[in-house]
Amino acid sequence: MSNKKYWQSFGELNQTDAYKQSAENEFNEDLLPIEELSNEGLLDGKTPRRDFLKYLGFSTAAAAIAASCEMPVRKAVPYLQRPDNIIPGVPNYYASTYVNGGDSISVVVKQRDGRPIKIEGNELSALTKGGTSAQAQASVLDLYDTTRLRHPLQKDGNDFKEVTTFEAFDKMVSAAMAGIGSKPVVLLTSTIHSPSTLEIINNFLAKYPGSKHLQYDAISYSGMLMANEACYGKKAIPSYHFENAKTIVSLGADFLGTWLSPVEFSKQYSTNRKITGENPTLSRHFHFESMLSLTGSNADDRYTHKPSETGNIALAILAKLGGAVSAPVIADLAVKAGIEKAATELMKTKGSSLVVCGSNDVNVQVVVNAINEMIGANGTTINWGATSNIRKGNDADFVKLVSEINSVGALLVYDCNPVYSYADGKKLGEAIAKVPVSISFNGTMDETTEQCKYVAPSHHWLESWGDAEPKSGYYSFIQPLINPLFKTRAFQTSLMKWSAADTADYETFVKKYWTSKLGSAENWEKALQDGVVETPATVSTATYSAFTLTAAASKISSAKGSDIEVVLYQKVSMGNGSQANNPWLQELPDPISKVTWDNYAMMSPALAKALIGIDIMNNQRQADSYEVTPEKAMVKVVVNGKNIELPVLILPGLNEATIAVALGYGRASADEKNSLDRVGKSAAGAGKNAYPLVAFDGTSFIYTLNASVEKSTNIYSLAQTQVHGSSESRPVIYETNLPSFIKNPEALLEEPRSERINLLAEGKTDFVTEGTLYPNYEKPGIKWGMSIDLNTCTGCSACVVACTAENNVSVVGKIQVQKAHEMHWLRIDRYFTGDVKNPDVVFQPMLCQHCDNAPCENVCPVAATNHSSEGLNQMTYNRCIGTRYCANNCPFKVRRFNWLDFTGADSFANNQEPLRDKELNEVVFQMNDDLTRMVLNPDVTVRSRGVIEKCSFCVQRLQESKLEAKKQQDPSLVRNVKTACMQSCPTNAISFGNVNDKESEVSKARADKNRNFYVLEQLHVLPNVSYLAKVRNTDRHVGVVEEEKKEAEAHG
Amino acid sequence: MIRYRITINKALLSLLLLLFLVSNNSVFAADGEALFKANCANCHKPDVDYTGPALKGWSKRVPDADWIYKWVANPAKMIASDAYAKTLFEKWKPTVMTAFSNLTKEEVDAILKYVDDYTPPVAAAKMGESGSAGGESDNTMLFGILTMVLGVVALILLQVNSNLRKLSDDKEGVHRGEPVPFYRNKAYLMAIALILFAVGGYYVISGAIGLGRMKNYQPVQPIYYSHKVHAGTNQISCLYCHGSAQDSKHAGIPSVNVCMNCHMAIKEYKGDPIVREDGSAVNGTEEIQKLYDYAGWNATTKSYNPDNNSDGVPDGAHPISWVKIHNLPDHVYFNHSQHIKVGKQQCQTCHGNIQEMPEVYQFAELSMGWCVNCHRESKVDFYNKETGEGNKFYSIYEKFHKDIKEHKIDSITVEKIGGTECQKCHY
Repeated sequence: MSNKKYWQSFGELNQTDAYKQSAENEFNEDLLPIEELSNEGLLDGKTPRRDFLKYLGFSTAAAAIAASCEMPVRKAVPYLQRPDNIIPGVPNYYASTYVNGGDSISVVVKQRDGRPIKIEGNELSALTKGGTSAQAQASVLDLYDTTRLRHPLQKDGNDFKEVTTFEAFDKMVSAAMAGIGSKPVVLLTSTIHSPSTLEIINNFLAKYPGSKHLQYDAISYSGMLMANEACYGKKAIPSYHFENAKTIVSLGADFLGTWLSPVEFSKQYSTNRKITGENPTLSRHFHFESMLSLTGSNADDRYTHKPSETGNIALAILAKLGGAVSAPVIADLAVKAGIEKAATELMKTKGSSLVVCGSNDVNVQVVVNAINEMIGANGTTINWGATSNIRKGNDADFVKLVSEINSVGALLVYDCNPVYSYADGKKLGEAIAKVPVSISFNGTMDETTEQCKYVAPSHHWLESWGDAEPKSGYYSFIQPLINPLFKTRAFQTSLMKWSAADTADYETFVKKYWTSKLGSAENWEKALQDGVVETPATVSTATYSAFTLTAAASKISSAKGSDIEVVLYQKVSMGNGSQANNPWLQELPDPISKVTWDNYAMMSPALAKALIGIDIMNNQRQADSYEVTPEKAMVKVVVNGKNIELPVLILPGLNEATIAVALGYGRASADEKNSLDRVGKSAAGAGKNAYPLVAFDGTSFIYTLNASVEKSTNIYSLAQTQVHGSSESRPVIYETNLPSFIKNPEALLEEPRSERINLLAEGKTDFVTEGTLYPNYEKPGIKWGMSIDLNTCTGCSACVVACTAENNVSVVGKIQVQKAHEMHWLRIDRYFTGDVKNPDVVFQPMLCQHCDNAPCENVCPVAATNHSSEGLNQMTYNRCIGTRYCANNCPFKVRRFNWLDFTGADSFANNQEPLRDKELNEVVFQMNDDLTRMVLNPDVTVRSRGVIEKCSFCVQRLQESKLEAKKQQDPSLVRNVKTACMQSCPTNAISFGNVNDKESEVSKARADKNRNFYVLEQLHVLPNVSYLAKVRNTDRHVGVVEEEKKEAEAHG
Repeated sequence: MIRYRITINKALLSLLLLLFLVSNNSVFAADGEALFKANCANCHKPDVDYTGPALKGWSKRVPDADWIYKWVANPAKMIASDAYAKTLFEKWKPTVMTAFSNLTKEEVDAILKYVDDYTPPVAAAKMGESGSAGGESDNTMLFGILTMVLGVVALILLQVNSNLRKLSDDKEGVHRGEPVPFYRNKAYLMAIALILFAVGGYYVISGAIGLGRMKNYQPVQPIYYSHKVHAGTNQISCLYCHGSAQDSKHAGIPSVNVCMNCHMAIKEYKGDPIVREDGSAVNGTEEIQKLYDYAGWNATTKSYNPDNNSDGVPDGAHPISWVKIHNLPDHVYFNHSQHIKVGKQQCQTCHGNIQEMPEVYQFAELSMGWCVNCHRESKVDFYNKETGEGNKFYSIYEKFHKDIKEHKIDSITVEKIGGTECQKCHY
């Protein structure tokens, strides 16, 4: 077979020398500094024996001294009065709601001995159905963020001084408010869909005549809201039902990653992406975009175009469907064919088709609405019966506020950071500083807060009471998991105190509000326990008016593109940047680019060749030096006279005229030297702020822009995990398209099947027991196994953060990621295949495969890694001496070595200090702060320097579930166990359980014999993780088997 | 020359043999003690009646010498058939002795030898361990002195031998070189070096293993709390105070309000006088007063102090900072509920006779070897498919059920279901 079918980097595709070398030198490390001392090798030195004895003597003496230290006296302090519901050592779970900006996800929070330590999805929610996102998973770390404000503050010159009590603060505020005269009060918040908060805000506004409440979204959906107002008379966003859609066309909407409500959409989308039964059906997903997004990489058919052509493509689809518009000229033949195909499919499945569009241009959204009318989406896949409340910001209103800010008397800012996320933020900041009264309720000293005169920090959501209504009729509740860590006060309580309508606090208000709304205190308690109260509306339509269509079409036709265009996008990890100081998110590799800690100018090989002269496809020397080293050439991207300088990242699959830049990076205080303390050690210095490039077209903010590029001689280092742990072009993925799968389902895994047979000696039949010299060990009781469905895995990376949170995985910082020292137990491998200009993408979660015949186990000299009778590949940290033989021998490259003391767990205090900034980034010190360490899971060992670690299948959860099953004397209870990755998955791609139990989820998943394969099965390592091969719903040839056939036919 | 060499070899051989005998003997004695502690000590003491009878002097009580083996293997059967067994049962009922069919005859002998040789320790209970260890070291000393004396005798004899040979050689006119003095004789030096290395190595390694182990650790606690008074004399169930041992990994130290449940009424100590090891008397009533201070309880008004500073607890109340005695390393996961509820272990198995400890000390070594040893020997409450007895969780172990049915094995130890694998305790 061809060895180029699936590739992770251009080096792998072209098999360049540097790629091969770096793949061979997987652990290229400088070890002891002996060579530096003598300029000779250890064995060539003049006195190697003496050096050896010196090291030996020193380490023996050091170990003896360290070990013979007196045992510390430990105290055990029980409660004075133990609360009834707390048993020390037993976690409690409470339903709550993750809220951030308008985003909200119903969750269940694990609280251990009074500390929230893990977020899980709430399966009772009809919207998210137990799914979570990377950001929700990581938000528990925000609670313990060292930059959180610890008390109310008052501006004092350039700095702030503490206000000792909230009573004193209230007095100061009321005095200041009295002084603003008749000037208006403006309450500027993110989108708020909490019904109780909205009521409090209304009460507050009533107290201050002329005041207004303005909602502002960092990433705006204003275009959609305006278009819906024009077409349907409702300034709202409807519910989308991807689960009802047989054909989905997305025009740049990253609905599985960042668009609107990705967790909800992923759950819906995945229901039609599962292969079941004899004649499986899949939804058909066409994607038109300029960059390579997470959703685009999951599409069945994907077409790239210039960002400025989005409107034209929408028009072309509408025209093809028979809409009353003239079809624009689409020059690109592939896109043109794609439009025709998409339109045909949309029409074929009329009534169960859906078109979504990520553009914030009102005119484009108007055309999209017209398309959805033509294909019968209104009332089937689009539900106007329940509207989404998560984005309500109006860009024009906000721009108006900015222009009139000098006349504002008091500006109250809550849960938004416009100084950072508004294009002209710097000027806005200066203006806010001049507003007579400015109050921020934000929890950290962010860019906006530091311009305000008063700061009344609000609680983190894990400390708050509250409610949310992300979709009309779908309520989700927030209850505190911990007493406020600092002297903070709920934003709502502050408003209540200041409006004097009610002197109680928000907690009392919420309870009263919901008790009366739900009818009784019992109902309220039940609602709190469940976390959700939902009254699903029936799917209904809205009356459509095509009134604005013609005008919109003509505006689209007159829009002009340029030679180079920029698209500003969000990453699944960083989002709009509000969680930028979260180390787990910063170190989470972007699913597509695999870069951590930065944003960059992402472009296609062709554009890179034109702009910076690096011909990555043909010039091996240039390609190698660009790809293998972290240093990247920079370019200056110029938009409307503003520019940012960014490193170039070359990636296939982007449109050749497009540069993609992620928002959410480049957080910085007005005075750079404050950044470390104020925006945080992780956020400061990570990437560049791309928000200043955002344009305003008179009605809404525009994220696709005409640009030009200036050369730069600067170099910037990126930390990319892409080619760490390369599969070295071995066959690890099997894939086919739906028609061939239906025609001949067995052909998909023909290759591993025939290899299995070839490996067996004559007369032998059982590959597992007879294909090896090793004895076959029985697994008498439970045998744990995992199955991952590549068809539904979207690569969203929620599992990676969930794993990090559950297993105390260290954050290593950018410098160490560059050295391939990242510690993630679970990584998502991203493979390209097919056409380099527009490749197919496959995501493969890769974790310890827990091989029953594990190559790592028999090379360990101290038996620190060995096998359990339940099929677990066990790692015993206290036995490990750090030879790393196991990691060298692991074909899956999932073993991680603690090169440095990332956790501060070593016995000597301050031994990280000498490495500060040289080897260890500030973030490692942030993670080792006593406050941040409160997030650690006490059931999982914190690893120290010099030991190997890897996925344990969440053994602490397995043990807990077995214990429960033994206590209840019911073996079927172990079916309830969920690993952290499985629990967090928004598409249910992961199933886990006891393989010996035929009723377990994993056994059921593995029953799909035509798709079930083990990675590198032919090595006879007998993995306990299996995968289900990917089937794309397209008529193109995909995957190895098909191409091989084609090649064979071509060769005759 | 040849004879000379043979003599040396013989001497070394006898020395080695002697050493072997010494060490072998102590191993045998330790075996009996270990077996007794692992299997019997929960219910029996060698010298006094406990849950079961004192074992010392068993041979004078049993009907015949073989009786004891049959009894140990299957007490229930004996009670049904044997007269003496029946009288024993009547005396000690409702407790019935557990069957130990896994113990071999030799092992039973070892236990009985240990029991018969047992002498009660002189000092308090705490000294029990070191006391018996002392008795053992006495023996070692004796053997050591014997070895040394024999070694010196062997040395003298060898010297005499060589002198005699020299004389006889001189007589016969055979010329030999000047004999090497024994302190420069390489064979002697080698033997001494080896002995020193072995002895030194033994002490270094056992010392290193002992680092961080805190057996017999008995810190002074903020309140002189006597388990002997509470759990022993007053028979309060362990789980009344340490209730979370059933549900949690932690056994838990009771919160002050649990103490006050009883001590609101019990305000003075009227029991037997309590004496510390140093001989000083403990005033029980004063210790109860200390508890009242922690709880914020006013003994005269019989009420809690008012909560004037509104922190949710009576004024002056503060939690007790006990000194933690049983400490496991951070990389060990230990779950009390697993052992109490599923494993059905007695608290005393690991914590010793806590009901007799005036102040608690660490009874067991809490070393990995100690844990693993118990996991190798303890049986799980395995499910019996025919009778439906045992923990139904184990019904999934098809292979073991088959083996039991085919009489290949008769019981399942914790080890068999994976209880000695690394990731049962380290993760």
